[in-house]
Amino acid sequence: MKITEKIIEKHGLKKEEYENIKKLLNRNPNLLELGIFSAMWNEHCSYKSSKIHLKKLPTKGKQVIQGPGENAGVIDIGDDDAIVFKIESHNHPSYIEPYQGASTGVGGILRDVFTMGARPIALLNSIHFGSPSHPKTKSLLNGVVSGIGGYGNCIGIPTVAGETKFNETYNENILVNAMAVGHAKKNKIFYSKAKGLNKSVVYVGSKTGRDGIHGASMASAEFDENSEEKKPTVQVGDPFTEKLLLEACLELMKDDSIISIQDMGAAGLTSSSVEMASKGSLGIELELDKVPCREENMTPYEMMLSESQERMLMILEDGKEKHAKQIFEKWDLDFVIIGKTTNTKKLTLKYKNKIEGEIPIDALAANAPIYDRKWSKKKNEKNTIDFKKLKKIKIEDALIKILSSPNHSNKSWITDQYDQMVMCDTAQRSGSDAAIIRIHNKDKAIAVSVDSSANYCKSHPLTGGKQIVCENWRNLITVGAKPLAITNCLNFGNPENEDVMGEFAECLEGIKKACEFLNYPIVSGNVSFYNGTNKKNIFPTPVIGGVGLIKKIFKPIGHSLKKDKSFLILIGKTFGHLGQSCFLQENYSITEGKPPEVNLTNEKNNGEAVLKLINENLIDSAHDVSNGGLLVALSEMTISSNLGVKIEKPKKLNNTIEYFFGEDQGRYILEIGERNFKKVEKILKTGNIFYEKIGVTQQEFFEVEGELKIAKNDLFKINNQWYNNY
Amino acid sequence: MKSCVIVFPGSNCDRDIATALEKMQFKNKMVWHKETALPKSDLIVIPGGFSYGDYLRSGAIAGKSIILDEVIKAANSGCLILGICNGFQILTETGLLSGTLLRNKKLKFINKDVNIKVMNNKTKFSSNYRLNQVLKINIAHNEGNFFTNEKHREQLKKEDLIAFKYCDEKGDISERVNPNGAMDNIAGIYNSKKNILGMMPHPERMIDEMISNTDGINLFKSLLN
Repeated sequence: MKITEKIIEKHGLKKEEYENIKKLLNRNPNLLELGIFSAMWNEHCSYKSSKIHLKKLPTKGKQVIQGPGENAGVIDIGDDDAIVFKIESHNHPSYIEPYQGASTGVGGILRDVFTMGARPIALLNSIHFGSPSHPKTKSLLNGVVSGIGGYGNCIGIPTVAGETKFNETYNENILVNAMAVGHAKKNKIFYSKAKGLNKSVVYVGSKTGRDGIHGASMASAEFDENSEEKKPTVQVGDPFTEKLLLEACLELMKDDSIISIQDMGAAGLTSSSVEMASKGSLGIELELDKVPCREENMTPYEMMLSESQERMLMILEDGKEKHAKQIFEKWDLDFVIIGKTTNTKKLTLKYKNKIEGEIPIDALAANAPIYDRKWSKKKNEKNTIDFKKLKKIKIEDALIKILSSPNHSNKSWITDQYDQMVMCDTAQRSGSDAAIIRIHNKDKAIAVSVDSSANYCKSHPLTGGKQIVCENWRNLITVGAKPLAITNCLNFGNPENEDVMGEFAECLEGIKKACEFLNYPIVSGNVSFYNGTNKKNIFPTPVIGGVGLIKKIFKPIGHSLKKDKSFLILIGKTFGHLGQSCFLQENYSITEGKPPEVNLTNEKNNGEAVLKLINENLIDSAHDVSNGGLLVALSEMTISSNLGVKIEKPKKLNNTIEYFFGEDQGRYILEIGERNFKKVEKILKTGNIFYEKIGVTQQEFFEVEGELKIAKNDLFKINNQWYNNY
Repeated sequence: MKSCVIVFPGSNCDRDIATALEKMQFKNKMVWHKETALPKSDLIVIPGGFSYGDYLRSGAIAGKSIILDEVIKAANSGCLILGICNGFQILTETGLLSGTLLRNKKLKFINKDVNIKVMNNKTKFSSNYRLNQVLKINIAHNEGNFFTNEKHREQLKKEDLIAFKYCDEKGDISERVNPNGAMDNIAGIYNSKKNILGMMPHPERMIDEMISNTDGINLFKSLLN
C-alpha cells in the first residue's frame, strides 16, 4: 500500500513528522510501521508538547521511591509499606460512549497500579460536565457515574472520593479523570524496564480484538461534529476479567518470576513492548501469529494498535514460564509466549514467518518529537466588578441559592452508586474533605483527595495552579493526615494555540511553586490536550490527587459537628475576596475577577498548626473553607450532622457578604470542646497563627446572629434536592 | 468452630469475610471453586462480589459450579450455610433458598448503611441479637430486590423464616425505607430448617468501630454459641 498524504494525515502525523520518520528509518515506512509511529508519537503517548514543561516540576523527596516515568508513582509510608498511585484521563472516549469510556478509564488506571505489584485499595475520580441544561449532560452524567461504579464495584475496589462539577465550558468535551491507589511491599515493586537477552516476552489477559484501534490518536485531536463516528475506537471494559488478571498477577508476583511488566494501555501492544525495550536499551521480537485474537483475520496492523482492555505484557526469568502459565490458567486467562528480548535495539514484528515491520526502538521513544510550543502569558484580568452597582441580596437567599445549585448540592445520588466499603478498610467515606483508608491489618492509614479549580485557573493560571495544590494539601490536613505526594491530571485545550499553551505553562509554574514550598512532590501524572470542540477550548483544568499519611489511625473526626455548645474557630485571615467566587457566579452569573491570592507561607503554617491540633486529639471536627466561603463550609458541617451552629456577626469586616462568602485561602473551621479551648489557643498563639472565634454549636438551627436562622432539616432539604429532581 | 469460604472467580468480599471470621476466632479455610471436596466445616460462607462478572444473571453461573454440589450435600446434612449479597443470589440459584433477587427498584447500584430489624432471634445465626433489635448494616448491590411467589411468602411468615427486614432508625417498616423494592422489606431469609441464611446486607463490614460500627458482630457470636 502506498503511503499517501491522506493516510499520513489520517494517522494524525504532520508532514514534517513524516519526513522525520523517513530519515530515522532511512526508507519509507510501510503501513504497519506508520501506524506504530503514529501511536507512539501522538500527544497522548509522547508528551511532545508538555515534556519541556513537565521537566520543571519537583518530583523528588525523601518520601519518593519512584517518580514519574513508570506505570505509577511510588511513595514510602514507613515500615515496609509503599503506596503506588496515579491519575489518568479518559475524556474523549467518555464523551463518545460515557459508560464504556468511564469504565475503561477506571480499568486502565487500576492496571497501572497493580502492574507495579500493588494491590489497589482505593479509587477516586474527578468528573466535569457541561451545563445541566445542555441536552447531553444528563445522559453523560448517568453513563459516566454508572460506568465508574460498574467497574469499581465489580472488581471490588472501593470508590472513596471524588468531585463532580458542572460548567458550560465542558458542554462538548466532558472530563473523566480516574485515580487509583494501591498498597505494596517496599521491596516488591515491579518495573517496566526489560533486562537480559532471549528472555520470554509473555502476553497475558484478555484476547485482542479490533476495539480501540487508534484510541490514543483520537485523544490527541480536537472533536468536531463528526466525533460520534469515532464510537468504534472506544474500548469495551470487562471488570470481571480484570479482577482475574489482578489476582493472577499478584499471585505470580509473590516470587521472582517476573523481570519486567507493563500493562497494555493506550496504543496497546505497541507502547507496552516499546516502553519495556526502550527502558532496558534492548530490542524486542514479536511473533504476531501467536497473539491471542478475539476476531478472525486480524492483521498485524490491527494487533499492534488494538486497545483491547485487560491485557499485560511481561518478561519472565528463564525457566519460570511453566510456573507462570499454571497460575494464569488457574484464573482462566490466556498466557502465551509471543516473543523474546534481543540485542538489536529494534522492534521486530514477524507474521507468518516474514518480517512485517522493523523499527529502531530509539526512533519510537527517545527520538520522538519534542515541541517547545509558543505560549503567551495570560493578561491580567482587570477587576472591574463594582459591587455597589449590584442588586442587594439577603445573605439567606444567597446561601440558599448556592446550596441548592448543581455544583454545591449533596452528591449522595452519585456516591451511593459506588461501593465505598468493600475491602473493609474505608474509615472515612466520601463526603468529607478527604477519604481515609486503613492499611490492611495495620494501624496506619492513608488519606486521599482529588481537587481542581478550573475557574481560578482560567482567570489566573499561576494562582490557580498554586491554589489547587494548596486546597488538596488542606483537604488531607483536615482529616489529620500528613500530605506526602501528588499525582496530576492536566486537562487542557489545544496546545497549538498560544493562549492554551500559556495556560498550561503558567498553571504548571503555579503547581511547581506550591509543591516545592510544601515539600509535596509530583510522582505521577497524565496530560490530556485537545480538550475542546471546533476551536473552542475548555477552561484549563489541572486536577490534583494527593496522598497523605496517618501514622496511627484514630476514629476519623470528619467535618460533621459532634457536640452541642462546642466552640467554633476559624483559622486564617478573612479578607472577603469575592472575585471568581461561587457567590458571584450563582447569584449574579458573574464570572469575571481574579481568584483569591495564595500565600504559601500562611498555607504551610496554618496547615501544620491544624495538623498538630488534630494529632493531639484537641479537635472534634474540622473542615477546610474553600469554594463558597465560610457560610457554605459551616452549612456543610451542619448538614452532615445532627447539630446546628450559632455564628456571631463579623467583628472586623463591615461587609457581611464579603466576610461570609469570600473565598480567601488557607482557612479552616475547627470545632473545639470547651475543655480543650485553652490548650488550642496556646498552641495557636505560640505558632503565631491567626484565628478567630466565630461562634458555637447549638441544637436545631443554623443561625447567624441578626441575619438568618434556618432549621437544620430545612438546610438539609435545600442541599439534597437538586440531583433527585434532575 | 470451623468455617470455610467458597471463592469464585469474581468474588470480591471473600477476603473481608475471612478477615471477619478470623477476628471472631473461627478456624477458617478458603475453598477455590474448582475443588471437589470441602474441608470439614461447621459453617460454609458464600461471599459477596460479582461471581463470573454477573454474566447471564447474578449468581447463575456460580450456582452451577462443581463445588456447589458439595455445598448442597453439606446443607442437606445440616451444615450451617451463610450467603451474603452475591452469596444470597447464588443460594437462590441453587434452590437451597427459594425466591429470587431482582434488579433494584430504581435500577441503580446502591451502597449505603441501612437499618434492618431482627425478625427472629431464635436461630443459630441470630441468638445473640434481641428480637426486633435495629441494626445499621451496609448494603452494596444491583440486585437486592427480593421477590417470591405467594406460597413461599406465606411460608416465610408462617414458619418465621424472615431473618431481617429493612426499617427506619426506630424499627418502623415502611416502603419509604425500603432501599431496593424488596417484597415486604425483606433483607434476609432462612430455609425451613433454619440452617441456611441468605442476606443482602454485609455483616462482615460491621465488626470494627474504626471503620463503621459493630452491629454485625453478634451474627458471628451467635454462630459461635
